[in-house]
Amino acid sequence: MKIGLYPGCSLEGSAREYAESLHAIAPKIGLELKEVEGWNCCGASSAHAVDHLLSLALPAKILAQAEQQNIDELVVPCAACYNRLASAKTEMAAEQKTRDEVVKIMNMPYSGSTTIKNILEVLDHLLTPETVKAFPAFFPYKVACYYGCLLVRPKSVVHAERMEDPVQMDELMKRIGAAPLDWGMKTECCGASFSITRTDIVGKLCGDILEDAVVRGAQAVIVACPMCHSNLDMRRAEIEKVAGKKYDIPVLYITQAIGLALGLTPKQLGLQRHFVPVSLQGKQKNQQNVPAALKAAVA
Amino acid sequence: MLHSEPHEDSFLAGTIRQKTGVSVQRCYQCGKCSAGCPAASEMDIAPSVVLRHLQLQSSEADKHVLGSYSIWLCLTCHTCIARCPMEVDLPKVMDVLRAESLKHKLVHPKAKDIVSFHRSFLGTIRRFGRLWEMGFVADYKLRTGHLMQDIAVAPVMFEKGKLSLIPQFRKKLVSRIFAARGGNI
Ligand code: SF4
Ligand code: SF4
Repeated sequence: MKIGLYPGCSLEGSAREYAESLHAIAPKIGLELKEVEGWNCCGASSAHAVDHLLSLALPAKILAQAEQQNIDELVVPCAACYNRLASAKTEMAAEQKTRDEVVKIMNMPYSGSTTIKNILEVLDHLLTPETVKAFPAFFPYKVACYYGCLLVRPKSVVHAERMEDPVQMDELMKRIGAAPLDWGMKTECCGASFSITRTDIVGKLCGDILEDAVVRGAQAVIVACPMCHSNLDMRRAEIEKVAGKKYDIPVLYITQAIGLALGLTPKQLGLQRHFVPVSLQGKQKNQQNVPAALKAAVA
Repeated sequence: MLHSEPHEDSFLAGTIRQKTGVSVQRCYQCGKCSAGCPAASEMDIAPSVVLRHLQLQSSEADKHVLGSYSIWLCLTCHTCIARCPMEVDLPKVMDVLRAESLKHKLVHPKAKDIVSFHRSFLGTIRRFGRLWEMGFVADYKLRTGHLMQDIAVAPVMFEKGKLSLIPQFRKKLVSRIFAARGGNI
């Protein structure tokens, strides 16, 4: 599968390991990525908070750029960027007037022809029960799949089938041998951009998320969003301060979990960049989803 | 006309309808939005009460909303609209309210840091085309005077290769867009 890539700013900085793990697994799962040249920031959580047209023009320019480079399908691994790009596309498709205004601002032609995909959609296509049979290893752990807000809401933009209880990530995890847990915080908000301005709110919201995951016996939290990751991982000290207790549960990008199932090394997947050490070795392994014939390899 | 709302245009309810197509009158005050809102416990007026204020169509109520802390605490998580039986698009309403609050210089004193955050963020994008995280955080600290904040996190980020000290200049990528829409920043 050949597809355009909009990495977004986080993947060049605080979420470098998300990019590293994506690029590490890509050739192994038949994914060929072509980065949009000359991309700019999508405006993230700030542009829409102060100026509506700015929040449309920044992502629209990225989409216009992709069109010029003949990219008709674009994967956006950052859930926040994905949401902004998809919102802009939806709004411009709905209102000709808005679209004209945006086109005038960015001074680039825009047809809205690019299909925008999030990471779960792309992985779902590539990691079929058939293809994972060739994987050298498994990810045999109990996991809490955490979707957060931006992959599932709003309905008009992301077309998620199950807004309150999404299952795409759970399905993917099952395919690589993990046991996804039924838990209550799948789509609760992590506090997003308040990581800097109201760290106390992030501490509380993330504490509630980790607590539920831990109580239900999760060995790792799986995410597909740099904001969720940085709040749950880099803000661990703040979370523990608010909760008054320690949490050692690691938080992995979905691409990292898949990379481990592909037998890639922790370093290739950037696991050393996490604040909370990813020490799954020695943890009790789940064998529930592992085909019987292969159980020996896991044990 | 049964459904005419003659006074709407001179109040926020009218501005919101004109900018987003959302009718605040659709809200029937069930409170589901406030019940699920992750920020409600920190807000001075809960999301459903923000809507009630807007329904009143009075300058006093409008001003109260524009000066509230709530509009800045909204995380745009979209939980409210996901659960609202009337599909009132509160996050869109909040976006309009923030822009109006800035325009009329009614920002709640406690929200100054959050506004500085957005300004630092967008200012960094305006200058560099992409987010240079180091420069953004430094700019935020200078704006707010929170110089010691995250003094423990930054060195670890750097050590783990998550912070780059030197920016790349790609200002040209966004200069047109910011020339047209950078006024509020
Ligand atoms: S959930 Fe909808 S109808 Fe109920 S109070 Fe909130 S906005 Fe109004
Ligand atoms: S979008 Fe804003 S108002 Fe709605 S639930 Fe989330 S934080 Fe609350």
